[in-house]
Amino acid sequence: MKPNKVEQWIINSIFIVISLLCLIPFIILIASSMTSENSIIQNGYSLIPGEFSLESYKYLFQEPAMMIRAYGISIFVTLIGTLVSLIIMTMLAYPISRRDMPLRNGISFFIFFTMLFNGGLVPTYLMYTNIFGIKNSLFALLIPGLLVSAFFVILIRTFFTMNIPNEVIESAYMDGAGEFRIFARIVLPLSTPVLGAVGLFQLINYWNDWFNGLIYITDNKLYSIQVLLNTILLNAQYLLSNVNFVDDMGPAEEIPNNGLKMAIAVIGVIPILITYPFFQRYFAKGLTVGAVKG
Amino acid sequence: MTSWLSRLNLKKMKKYKTLYLMLIPGVIYLLINNYGPMFGVIIAFKDVNFAKGIMASDWVGLKNFEYLFKTTDAYIITRNTILYNLVFIVLNLVVALGLAILLNELKNKFLTRFYQSAILLPYLMSSVIIGYLVYSLLSMETGLINNTILPFLGREGVMWYNDPKYWPYILTLVKIWSTAGYLCIVYFAAVVGIDQEYYEAATLDGANKIQQIMKITIPLITPVIIIMTLLQIGRIFYSDFGLFYQVPLDSGVLMPTTNVIDTYVYRALLKNGDIGMSSAAGLYQSIVGFIIILISNYVVKKINPDNSLF
Repeated sequence: MKPNKVEQWIINSIFIVISLLCLIPFIILIASSMTSENSIIQNGYSLIPGEFSLESYKYLFQEPAMMIRAYGISIFVTLIGTLVSLIIMTMLAYPISRRDMPLRNGISFFIFFTMLFNGGLVPTYLMYTNIFGIKNSLFALLIPGLLVSAFFVILIRTFFTMNIPNEVIESAYMDGAGEFRIFARIVLPLSTPVLGAVGLFQLINYWNDWFNGLIYITDNKLYSIQVLLNTILLNAQYLLSNVNFVDDMGPAEEIPNNGLKMAIAVIGVIPILITYPFFQRYFAKGLTVGAVKG
Repeated sequence: MTSWLSRLNLKKMKKYKTLYLMLIPGVIYLLINNYGPMFGVIIAFKDVNFAKGIMASDWVGLKNFEYLFKTTDAYIITRNTILYNLVFIVLNLVVALGLAILLNELKNKFLTRFYQSAILLPYLMSSVIIGYLVYSLLSMETGLINNTILPFLGREGVMWYNDPKYWPYILTLVKIWSTAGYLCIVYFAAVVGIDQEYYEAATLDGANKIQQIMKITIPLITPVIIIMTLLQIGRIFYSDFGLFYQVPLDSGVLMPTTNVIDTYVYRALLKNGDIGMSSAAGLYQSIVGFIIILISNYVVKKINPDNSLF
């Protein structure tokens, strides 16, 4: 073989090992969710089911209310949150992208300062719970994440300044279009790449968010899928004491607790695993735009 | 006041009134969500008494800070936060840069894309999911390591979740696993952007691969490396809460090596209801964090003004 070919083989082998390291934990998770409880207790979680069984999923779908509810809340919060967040962020980013607007620098500083200093968890928590009373409401899952970071606003603003020529706006203005019309009909349609990237990040942020659920939600009827997963992982008794598996499926000791945990995690992660191949290109592109252009 | 107003040129502002209206939702949101808590930090100087109300509670000066810094916790959480972040920054840089350079050497575009997707996948996972993945490996009764790997090596099972000494290694591995892929993609984009002519010229001059990497690739992407690293250094006083809370399963036994400022503030507030201590620790983080961000931004600005925040 030519040295060049050997080199390619070596690099490929390194990446195969690394790719496996990235993927194997997911395979263990999925395989374990399809393993019989006896087999898990004897041999532990493994890459290949010792004894294939769908009993964990059977239990889960026996009482589907818990999962459906959590799923519904996650989907609702993710869609509404992303939409509102995109609207607020683009409406902040557009005016400060207009070089001629008076007060532009002051407003920009007002926005960017939030990236430098923050009051931290305690005043935020006390304000939201005591003044706005969002504890145990869906607002707690929606509102704190709307503007995760002013960085997204900078990203959108930079895109506007670099890609929307001032002449386009000026000529539309001359034709008698109002500012809002220019924004909605001309600027936004030209900005789908950056809106798509930021929207994708926000979809992922909302879907993955569990922290707001952890601090603001104690009522298990309002658990999103991540909060439910978090509770089940940290509180071994939760499944046994909060779900009525017992009635239909026999005594509590027979609940496949170890397998059930994995099955629930699989259901929580499956939307991302399934859609990832379709959005990964945009995601990777968005990441590099965000990182290199500040 | 009048001169300030006239400088504003009200006539010109009128032309932009729609733009100002557009700003309103976001500005109100930032006033509440961000600026409200900034002024709220004064509670760190109060003895909060809910019967009196937060604003009417007594001022206690620096008492809360005195209590905080008398505990050994203050030292431990500061040490853990900074040391973990330093290790993360260095190892992530080495791994990500190494992978990015190797990835660029690959000829097969399809495989390159597949590897990129695989190493980026962990970055998409919430820390809850990461907590489950780690649990499936480390669970003391049913984990893969205790049941398959250690017996295969003829070793006894290890009580991972009971002994703090393992956790610096575990958390570092998990952090690299979950974020090196992201940095790799960023560096890879920078490496791909390098003009091929440099390499052609170097090859003609007889430079080998290693020389080309050391003399062309790394120097040319140094600006990106510096910016990415300084951005992380700017946040060295903050930690990935999920990594330190979720992955060790919120275990009290593991706290000596898993407690960081963020988890301390959370536990003091929501588990112990100690508003004094938690707000003092929170303000300590905000202020030191602010100073560090200012310094690192100043350095970024010196290197490349386009990448600085302000």
